[in-house]
Amino acid sequence: MASSMRFELVTPEKSLASVLADAVDIPGAEGEMTAMPDHASVLTTLRPGFLKVRADGSKAEYMVTGGFVEITDSSVTVLAETVVPAEDATREQVARFAEAAETEVANSSGSDRDLAEKRLGEFRALQSALPR
Amino acid sequence: MPSLKDLKNRIESVKSTRKITKAMQMVAAAKLRRAQESAVSARPYAEQMQSVLGNLASSAADSASAPKLLSGTGADDVHLLIAATSERGLCGGFNSSIVRLVRAEANRLTESGKTVKILTIGKKGREQLKRDFAGAMVGHVDLSGHRRIGYQNARDIADDVLNRFEGGEFDVATIYFSRFKSVISQEPSAQRLVPASVDPSAEGERNFYEYEPGENEILAELLPRALATQIFTALLENAASEQGARMTAMDNATRNAGDMIDKLTIIYNRSRQAAITKELIEIISGAEAL
Repeated sequence: MASSMRFELVTPEKSLASVLADAVDIPGAEGEMTAMPDHASVLTTLRPGFLKVRADGSKAEYMVTGGFVEITDSSVTVLAETVVPAEDATREQVARFAEAAETEVANSSGSDRDLAEKRLGEFRALQSALPR
Repeated sequence: MPSLKDLKNRIESVKSTRKITKAMQMVAAAKLRRAQESAVSARPYAEQMQSVLGNLASSAADSASAPKLLSGTGADDVHLLIAATSERGLCGGFNSSIVRLVRAEANRLTESGKTVKILTIGKKGREQLKRDFAGAMVGHVDLSGHRRIGYQNARDIADDVLNRFEGGEFDVATIYFSRFKSVISQEPSAQRLVPASVDPSAEGERNFYEYEPGENEILAELLPRALATQIFTALLENAASEQGARMTAMDNATRNAGDMIDKLTIIYNRSRQAAITKELIEIISGAEAL
């Protein structure tokens, strides 16, 4: 049994992290989940939230706005669109994302609109979760 | 025979041209390194995207409910050619070679009875393509205000392309850009964007995934992003190629200017010598006549 797994965090512009991790908390589209070594293979989308990586007692947190996660028994690969280290995340930043989501709501219709509204709600929740 | 003064002026002017081309070459070299770095650091994302897409596509492509971005519209009548070129000139055959490829492709498609639409990225390609395909130009993206190409630029272009696709404006989209092979070699290439081209090698190792939410929902989110990623990759490759091409072109220009200066200097010295000899002869023959 593998005792650790490879965690990779990549954005379109660069690769942000590639480390061995013990557990990763993922804000999945269908709910929070924690991936540990020997997890079943899952492919899920992300919702705006915090990604927590634990490795050897140390812990890293990243704020992500959306993307994908590919989990296999020995690796977790996060393809994120925008990543901000949690300590740098501010309400203003999230407010900007929320604003973008708002215009999206205004410009879309039908099921797209529902999705955009959901996204906006998630940003709002994220915003209130952050300290001032 | 140009006068000595004229020759001197010419030598000076070629010398200052050489200074400029030399400076441009060095600037291009510095920019090239940066462009190459960003192209390299963007690679992991693009590769992961391809492998995830390959996995998903192989399981979803056969089903009738597969998204149109993956399976196509079923028709093959209207082609959108996206020509990615540079905003600035003085980079050798860089733009021309991309334009040549697009032109050949557009002519081939028109001959076989298809409709061609052209979207240009970068001023230089637009200028050249406008002459032959003025009626086919459907849009232009200006990147001159952006010093570095970010993912956002690619997303904006992707959104534009997606809107056009949803509006039924085309059936097949292909992007033309220059693939960066090395500083001296850039290869104009084509990459089909819609329907998505799935790398068959990525299908090699099939993983069986659980999908959260369903397969089709993930595909619906993944495909537009994959499109943006492919455009982003193309733009980055293009940026690196442009600088590479400019560096080579400016290196040649610098060398040619050097050769020209050498030649002009020889002519200058010869005519100076001739003038001196002529004066001496005049003096001597003048003295003899006395």
